[in-house]
Amino acid sequence: MRYVIIGGSAGGIGACEAIREVDPVGEIILISEEPFPQYSRPMISEFLSGKASFEKMKYRGDVFWKENNVELKAGRKAVHLDLKERCVELDNGEKVKFDRLLIATGGKPIIPKTEGIDKRGVFTFTTISDAEKLLAVVKKNQRAVVIGGGLIGVSVAEALVERGVVVTIVELKDRILSLILDEVASRIIRDAMEDSGVTIITGQTVKSITGKYEDNTAVEGVVLSNGEEIPCGLVIFAIGVIPRTELVLGTDIKTNRGIIVDRYMRTNVSDVYACGDVAEVYDFIFGENRVLPLWPTAHLGGRVAGYNMAGKKALFPGGTAMSALNYFRVPVISVGLVNPTNNNEYEVMIQHDSVRKIYRKVVLRHNVIVGFLLVNDIERAGTLFYLMHNFVDVKELGSQLISDDFSLASLPFDIRRNLFMEGTRWMVLPN
Amino acid sequence: MRRILVFEEYCIGCGLCEVYCRVQHSQSKDLIKAYNREQPKPLSRVKLVKAKPVSFAVQCRHCKDPPCVTACLSGAMRRDNDSGLVVHDPDKCIGCWTCIMVCPYTAISINVLGSGVVAKCDLCSTLDTPACVANCPNEALVCEEVL
Ligand SMILES: Cc1cc2nc3c(=O)[nH]c(=O)nc-3n(C[C@H](O)[C@H](O)[C@H](O)COP(=O)(O)OP(=O)(O)OC[C@H]3O[C@@H](n4cnc5c(N)ncnc54)[C@H](O)[C@@H]3O)c2cc1C
Repeated sequence: MRYVIIGGSAGGIGACEAIREVDPVGEIILISEEPFPQYSRPMISEFLSGKASFEKMKYRGDVFWKENNVELKAGRKAVHLDLKERCVELDNGEKVKFDRLLIATGGKPIIPKTEGIDKRGVFTFTTISDAEKLLAVVKKNQRAVVIGGGLIGVSVAEALVERGVVVTIVELKDRILSLILDEVASRIIRDAMEDSGVTIITGQTVKSITGKYEDNTAVEGVVLSNGEEIPCGLVIFAIGVIPRTELVLGTDIKTNRGIIVDRYMRTNVSDVYACGDVAEVYDFIFGENRVLPLWPTAHLGGRVAGYNMAGKKALFPGGTAMSALNYFRVPVISVGLVNPTNNNEYEVMIQHDSVRKIYRKVVLRHNVIVGFLLVNDIERAGTLFYLMHNFVDVKELGSQLISDDFSLASLPFDIRRNLFMEGTRWMVLPN
Repeated sequence: MRRILVFEEYCIGCGLCEVYCRVQHSQSKDLIKAYNREQPKPLSRVKLVKAKPVSFAVQCRHCKDPPCVTACLSGAMRRDNDSGLVVHDPDKCIGCWTCIMVCPYTAISINVLGSGVVAKCDLCSTLDTPACVANCPNEALVCEEVL
């Protein structure tokens, strides 16, 4: 049996580990464009700020590939898929045959068409190589404009601030982190960022990037959609990522925004699987598949794919929008639907202590938790996630869910017992 | 491997489990010093949870298929196949709190005063009996060997 995996990050690594749990002898070949794929992508901001060395960023140790007997083709790009011949063609012309294939190619940064984008000083922020390039040029007191106030934008802003850079974030929506936070929570983070010297401009976008008078190839500043000019030496595009589906376009593999998979992580083509940022995976709150570009869902999907590829049935338990943050020293956890729009259908419970800056919000639909948001007091998150993932009727608990003294002991006896007897169920292997 | 069983019907909510867990995870291993002098203040990894009349102690269950390991962004959380323990490496941990998001037992704490990252039960692997179990006066915590 020969397993071929394209991409060696969260998804690819999860698959290798799962395959090896089931099949100690099958051949595993992993193709990775990045020369050293097994690093923690979210940690590139720690790398840029200087908080983590590359050594610390290693998600798995150097021996990982050897230990798991994986043939790593590092620094090699897959350029073509031949599903009839069941082979992957690499950029050096080599053809790699597969019995089972996993596509874990992740995402690529969104870069909207903007005038002046090819100037020196313009960056994206999704790989270690991006972080190294930025690190090579950042200087104290330099000015930077970060385009996009989502997860990646806020994380690169934090790293730049720690390097003494003067940062402005330009966000199109009316608040930062708008997809995962509501107004109150977003304001708490915004205050913390402004206290650290970050300028946040909302409701605007960057129309063009201007060049220096003496050297038009270097960045001089940006022009916003309202015409305002902001001088800066660095521009970082941090709008988000889109599935990197280029390899499967034009093949029989079905895509929507991402590659479509079932809950066994199979594509519509037999023996071909996909996971992680490149795929549309099952969201248990929406009850349908969508792009969930998150590390835990990528790793979990990779494991599920790996087990199934090796012949052990495993079901993807479902993910949802789920983010834990610690930007600018504000702990936040946001899961599921935190900004419901149709108020007739949802019940929202809120506890806000503006002095302690503690904020808790739980969103219910038919007495089941469909989303929650916690700021500065986050340790109950896992219990809420459990209740949510198991669709537990929480009518009896009511406002206890957001009260100061909620704990595992507040749960009804049956739920407590199930939890201790049956385990978490946010897992992939049958007990 | 060993496992801690929790019997809430015997728990009297005295909190000695937390006291002795803290001592065990202190530098001095001395009750008075651990509480009064040691900096950073050691953290208890077991949590006594209460909602009258219920109380019980909860610590990492060392799950077979641990969600915290799947969710961990840095590789700091892993399951040791030989011992069956879920092991946390504070030097690798970046304090992103992703593990906290998925642990239903709330068994992972933020070590605010200490490492600044998370901390959790290590089953006192250097002791014959975990400190919380050994010091529970009413056998509400029991340690057993399982396969
Ligand atoms: C700055 C930043 C911060 C983040 N913070 C968080 C966070 O706090 N929490 C969270 O949950 N998520 C976070 N994420 C998202 C998380 O990193 C991703 O969801 C995760 O990395 C997805 O893993 P993956 O395996 O699907 O793909 P990726 O990590 O994108 O890896 C795909 C790999 O495949 C390779 N590849 C692609 N195409 C080919 C090809 N044709 N041939 C060969 N190799 C190829 C790529 O080079 C890459 O190495 C963050 C991301 C960034 C950029």
